[in-house]
Amino acid sequence: MNNWDWSYFLEAFPFVVTGLKITIGLTFACFLFALVFGFFWVFMRNIPSKIVQWVVVWTMEFIRSTPPLVQLFFLYYAFPMVPGIGVALSPFTSAVLGLGIHFSTYIGEVYRSGIEAVEKGQWEAAKALNFSTREKWFKIILPQAIPPTIPMLGNYLIILFKEVPLASTIGVVGILQLAKDFGAQHFNYLEPLTIVAMLFLVLSYPSALLINKLEQKLNRRFDKNEPTGSKPLSESKGVVS
Amino acid sequence: MTISIIDIFPALWKGINITITVLIASAIFGYSLAFIAGLCRLSSNPILRGFTTFYVEVFRGTSLIVQLFWLFYALPILFNINLGNEFWAGSLAIGLNYGAYMSEIVRGSILSVAKGQTEAATALNMSRFQRMRLVILPQAVRMMLPEFGNYLIQMLKATSLVSLIGLTDVLYHGDILRSSNLAMAPTIYLIVLLFYFVLALPLIWLTRKAESISKKGVAN
Repeated sequence: MNNWDWSYFLEAFPFVVTGLKITIGLTFACFLFALVFGFFWVFMRNIPSKIVQWVVVWTMEFIRSTPPLVQLFFLYYAFPMVPGIGVALSPFTSAVLGLGIHFSTYIGEVYRSGIEAVEKGQWEAAKALNFSTREKWFKIILPQAIPPTIPMLGNYLIILFKEVPLASTIGVVGILQLAKDFGAQHFNYLEPLTIVAMLFLVLSYPSALLINKLEQKLNRRFDKNEPTGSKPLSESKGVVS
Repeated sequence: MTISIIDIFPALWKGINITITVLIASAIFGYSLAFIAGLCRLSSNPILRGFTTFYVEVFRGTSLIVQLFWLFYALPILFNINLGNEFWAGSLAIGLNYGAYMSEIVRGSILSVAKGQTEAATALNMSRFQRMRLVILPQAVRMMLPEFGNYLIQMLKATSLVSLIGLTDVLYHGDILRSSNLAMAPTIYLIVLLFYFVLALPLIWLTRKAESISKKGVAN
């Protein structure tokens, strides 16, 4: 450990920390986009047409199983060149769209699992009470489907936070980019990169604990106590990179 | 110089062996670490458990790209050791990261094997090791398979990061091509995406297969 330099560490720290605003801001911007766009997938999958469903399912599969890094590059470098619809996007916008769309496919599945967990009787009740489609969704189904998924959404927020440094590759100046800049100036990446790792750990670990707590609390609240045949919400907390 | 789709394909193809070898190396690292760390976290030795928990939480708590850069740029400075080359740094970073995530799957699956199984094995006078090898693991591994499949797809996606430390994978060749043919960028990246998707297809199929295996013959 003889190469560790505390004074260099202290010099780099305030510089790197200034990037936190962008990193966290981008995380929430992407998450908001994904939350909204997730409903788009749910909506599309509910269209009663075999062809549409097939297209939607495979589009989601395509977005989900290809690297977000390439998707970012596509939006930033290639999208402006797309004939007809191409416009230049700023690095920040590209990142919001790229990571937002990538994660929306996961969020869409979370919504779907929540909706599928709503008991059949609730759908029948909505029908029996002659609710319109709009009322059925907004007054009966969604208010029951979404709250139990909050811990899962929270997990995705944390996963997303750890994906955000990918945006440094297209020029979003978050903590990782600042650390690389600082390291390049001083020909030493050790302390700046360690600071970035520490910041991620310090922010994501307590959030993960918080979400675990929330999950236990919500589990108690939404526990239906009797197995009604509804599947438990998927336990998978997939990571994306 | 203008290029056509016919030229893009062979140019990207040059990177496919790097993408696949990095994936295989990371998968071997990742799965081995998952079992080692997963079992260590269930150990009764507090030091071993503490150390493994530290590894798992650090690698799950920071992001892969940061770990990759740290292993590649910072580790050689800190300990004066070099991981040899970009290939090992890349595979090790991906393996360490996903190993940490998957160790939780291993741990969870072992814990979810019904307690009666352990008791039955004890009643049959099996040693600790026999119990794990003959009774617990065969049941637990089945439960792990679907998640292992999912993580394999995640690892495939993660291999694209190694282009950032200079490994000449599919994305790297795509970037080179794009820098000299800006107007072709949409086609190039679309084909890069297709490359990854085609590689992912058998893994998606495997994951679905694993799901059906893990469900077969199990009540509820």
